[in-house]
Amino acid sequence: MSNLVALPIILPLIAGILMAFIHKRTKVVRTLSQVFAVLHFLMVGFIFLQVKNNGSIILETGDWAAPYGIILVGDLLSMTLVLTTSVIGVASVFFAPQSLSKQQEEFYFYSFFFLLIAGVSGAFLTGDLFNLFVFFEVLLMASYGLIVLGNGKVQLRESIKYVLINLFSSMLFVTTISFLYSVVGTVNMAQIAERVREVEQQGILTTIGIMFFFVFATKAAVFPLYYWLPRPYISPNPVVSALFGALLTKVGVYSILRTFTLMFNQDVQLTHTLFIYLAALTMLFGVIGALSTNNVKLVIAYNIIPAVGFMLMGIGIFTETAISGTIYYLVHDMIIKAALFFLVGALVYVAGTSDLRKMGGLIHHHPLLAWLFFIASLVLAGIPPFSGFIGKLLLLQGGLSQDELMIVIVALISSLLILFSMIRIFIRGFWGEKQEDPHPERKWRGLKMTFPAGVLLALSILLGVGAEWFYPTIQSISEYLMDPQLYIDSVLKE
Amino acid sequence: MEILMAVLAGILFTTGIYNLLQKQLLRIIIGTGLISHGAHLFILTMGELKRGAPPILTEGVEGYTDPLPQALILTSIVISFGVTSLLLVLAYRAAQVNGTDNMEQLRGNDYE
Repeated sequence: MSNLVALPIILPLIAGILMAFIHKRTKVVRTLSQVFAVLHFLMVGFIFLQVKNNGSIILETGDWAAPYGIILVGDLLSMTLVLTTSVIGVASVFFAPQSLSKQQEEFYFYSFFFLLIAGVSGAFLTGDLFNLFVFFEVLLMASYGLIVLGNGKVQLRESIKYVLINLFSSMLFVTTISFLYSVVGTVNMAQIAERVREVEQQGILTTIGIMFFFVFATKAAVFPLYYWLPRPYISPNPVVSALFGALLTKVGVYSILRTFTLMFNQDVQLTHTLFIYLAALTMLFGVIGALSTNNVKLVIAYNIIPAVGFMLMGIGIFTETAISGTIYYLVHDMIIKAALFFLVGALVYVAGTSDLRKMGGLIHHHPLLAWLFFIASLVLAGIPPFSGFIGKLLLLQGGLSQDELMIVIVALISSLLILFSMIRIFIRGFWGEKQEDPHPERKWRGLKMTFPAGVLLALSILLGVGAEWFYPTIQSISEYLMDPQLYIDSVLKE
Repeated sequence: MEILMAVLAGILFTTGIYNLLQKQLLRIIIGTGLISHGAHLFILTMGELKRGAPPILTEGVEGYTDPLPQALILTSIVISFGVTSLLLVLAYRAAQVNGTDNMEQLRGNDYE
């Protein structure tokens, strides 16, 4: 039974290797990838239901008992995020044939795609800190492959910066793990959580905690470590941007959520207050970035950053409501960011330019795309009854109950500005006088590109309208996170 | 011995970061290499440096060497080896396509 939890990692890994062998036969690879992605989704859904009904599934690899071997922990939080990942995977794999050139498809896009899914799933599932580093590297390696796919001039230039910043933060990650190892003598997360309470000098642990935060904040693009994010994210193909925007920063947020609820919760006064201030600055600077440019892709890429601020805000407030808000927002943001990148990919494709000043009146030629984009903007800004609203409501409730008025006000202002930055695209890109369609031949393909985004949007609306159905699950996750002993007991089984 | 190793790792980190802040691409890559060496030495030091003891703890054995850091380093070395080689290829291509290896000229602007 417990072997189930390794499947979300192994299946994409096998698929990725398989696709590398037959990469020249585009049609076969396409169909097979779609089959594998759907299979992954169904399987993860099944495991999710198992975990939901029967509690966490824990796999001790190689049958080495918990603190000694590497373990995989499929708890409700991990499985929820893996499920969301596989939903995005399915949408991307149907979007990819529309947006990639033949060459890009041939040169191992699907291999890298599946390896990325394997890495992300692994990072969510692992219960071992060093193994988390390894899975980070797996997903980063795949992302290096994806970001240079296409070999353009700008792309190569931006990917160097992307690789360098990630390499540096990975090395810092290793160093920090070795610091922690010298203090507590283990890399198993549950055992670390148990031992940090017994360490006499709590100060050193707080220092190590902040170092971990530095590493994860670089991946998650928290202020002031977000500067690297926007440009590398817009230079590759839209489908790659969507995968990056939806998955990569969220892995960083997940790591912060996991480490700072499970292990480093001994000095909440210092660390979590720091998070609140950084969250406020992240929201403000991200949204200012989004308003500063006329490049539609860049607007969306900058909008990743305030979302990270919202999630960090929940971790900083550190109450049950706020943590449920963070989890809700995490799931919502993964879905809506993928949908937005798809829509903007379609928009840039049909308009033939990413400069907002050269667009206008596209709603007359592409009504479906325009209205979907409008709904997506509302979802992103958190207009009720969409899913962004529920997450923000929970976060604001948590903030108000702790009297953190500053962050609540900043969050509201930045939501408004997010709406402004999105509606600006809608008004200037889609509205206006009817002009001649710049690329009438691209109509059909553009329409096909909007479908996966439409499905994701429907899901996002469901997540908002049907909040009653999802909320109990989210609430039980946050109760589980607030009590680290539950995790420790389920892993170490004394 | 631990202190000596810690100082050595520190030197590797400083030289690495110095190189990382240079403009020439190749120097930057050498910098990342030095930093990863520093990190690896650091892991080794953190698991206590010891000689002559077996790497397993069984009954009757008093002292033992911790085998875990060595496993960790091995993994980490392989990863940084892979990333460095990728980075070299990438830097070569980027310098060729962009016609320069100076980071000052590789900045770029919005509309390209």
